[in-house]
Amino acid sequence: MSVVVKNLSKKYGSQLAVDNVSFSAERGQITGFLGPNGAGKSTTMKIATGFVPATSGSIEIAGLDVAKHPLETKRKIGYLAEHNPLYLDMYVHEYLSFVASIYGLKNTKSLSAQMVEKVGLVREQNKKIGALSKGYRQRVGLAQALIHDPEVLVLDEPLTGLDPNQIVEIRSLIKELGRDKTVIFSTHIMQEVQFLCDRVVIINKGKIVADKSLTELKNVGQDRKVVHIELATIYDANSLRNMTGVLEVVELTQNQAKVYYSEQVDIRPELFKWANESGNSLLSMKVEEDSLENIFYKLTS
Amino acid sequence: MFSIFKKELNSFLFSLIGYIVVLVFLVGNSLFIWVLPETNLFDSGFASLDTLFNLAPFLYMFLIPAITMKSIAEEKKTGTIELLFTKPIVDMDIVLGKYFACSLLVLFSLLPTLVYYVSVYFLGNPVGNIDSAGFVGSFLGLILLGAVFVSVGIFSSSLTDNQIVAFILSLILCYLLYQGFDLLSGIAEKGAVTLFISQLGIQYHYLSFSKGLLDSRDILYFLIVIVVFLQGTRFKLESRNW
Repeated sequence: MSVVVKNLSKKYGSQLAVDNVSFSAERGQITGFLGPNGAGKSTTMKIATGFVPATSGSIEIAGLDVAKHPLETKRKIGYLAEHNPLYLDMYVHEYLSFVASIYGLKNTKSLSAQMVEKVGLVREQNKKIGALSKGYRQRVGLAQALIHDPEVLVLDEPLTGLDPNQIVEIRSLIKELGRDKTVIFSTHIMQEVQFLCDRVVIINKGKIVADKSLTELKNVGQDRKVVHIELATIYDANSLRNMTGVLEVVELTQNQAKVYYSEQVDIRPELFKWANESGNSLLSMKVEEDSLENIFYKLTS
Repeated sequence: MFSIFKKELNSFLFSLIGYIVVLVFLVGNSLFIWVLPETNLFDSGFASLDTLFNLAPFLYMFLIPAITMKSIAEEKKTGTIELLFTKPIVDMDIVLGKYFACSLLVLFSLLPTLVYYVSVYFLGNPVGNIDSAGFVGSFLGLILLGAVFVSVGIFSSSLTDNQIVAFILSLILCYLLYQGFDLLSGIAEKGAVTLFISQLGIQYHYLSFSKGLLDSRDILYFLIVIVVFLQGTRFKLESRNW
């Protein structure tokens, strides 16, 4: 286990931002950290990176407590903060070399050049950071998080402000990094979760409401499934309702319907027979999965 | 610490503030020493640089807060302090890196005043008729005074995220520290207490330097004040609340 969060709590004044949160993340895994705004995602990440102290509980990075061994653990973490703070009056290379020198790395120039290549900043590399657009600034932030080749990557909303093409690029970069590092990232974009995460931790009002693999999460609350059917002509909804296993039929149009059925039986062969026997023909049949957005909504509201 | 120091120094070199401060300091001093009536050297007829050493603390009182006001306040405002705090360095590295960079700039502004010494040396009649010991003492005193003002400025900058507030705060603190204790000691009757109070201020120790006396107690006083303010800054940073 390279990141272990144990009974973590954080109070800001009287407000409990993080409430007894425990989870862990392994090497070679990308963990998605989800939750509505103000749920405590960023606070947890700030505690992990040593920016703010925890009120109680602990976070261990590669077996070391962040509160007791701040320098060692900070060395192992690459962190992209939520608002991606940067020195706007510095040049890209100047900034990356500065960060490398803080880590005590020697060949800061060549490292900076490598990072610029890695995050796709080559065209913009000779500009001042202040002159870059938001997407490119985000890449600079990512580059500084990667420059010391950390074991653990903590990325707070790394994909905000990127255009669709940039999202694809950065996404594949994160995917690649996730192979031999521990990656924890937070996001609001459910598509990203689907593409990137191996595991999902959902947090709401400071508490963990789900800690599951992506496939497990998709099955949450799925005691029934739904199939969308389209027939050639008018159908008889009542005969459909009498079929075994069917729970509910929603008539969409004269020849289309949504059929809810219990998860134990697959009614699709029956549906096909039913259509044939009633002299109709089945044009299409599509099983719909409950979307992650819906699951997210169910868990956090 | 060294990387922070380098970064700060670069930001002075590539921004106007450093150059403006050095320029204002030198122009201000030159005007008073060579040009303006009442204070200029030729009218006074004495080959001494007392004008410089009386004026410089007051110029520094304005200029040093201008150098230091952004050092921590701006990092807080823009959020870049989060960047530094999540890197494997201790808080004192940040404080000292910034402190030495600002101090070096102040030292830079002071170096050209050596030209004044050379000028006055040759203006003396006979040539070389100048209180060299007094000059060396005052010069050293001014370096230490600048070093104290920088520590006060950095401390003020750590208390707020507003640069203007930091500037005004350090201006007030510098003035109080320089002259406040002396003024306060004037209230009471002369005696051991007044002496003690005025010894708490910078002016007492600074003036003793200008007599050409290099007393270890005076040097110790400056060092203690610097350490107190730098530690104060560190405590403020470590508390992580603002």
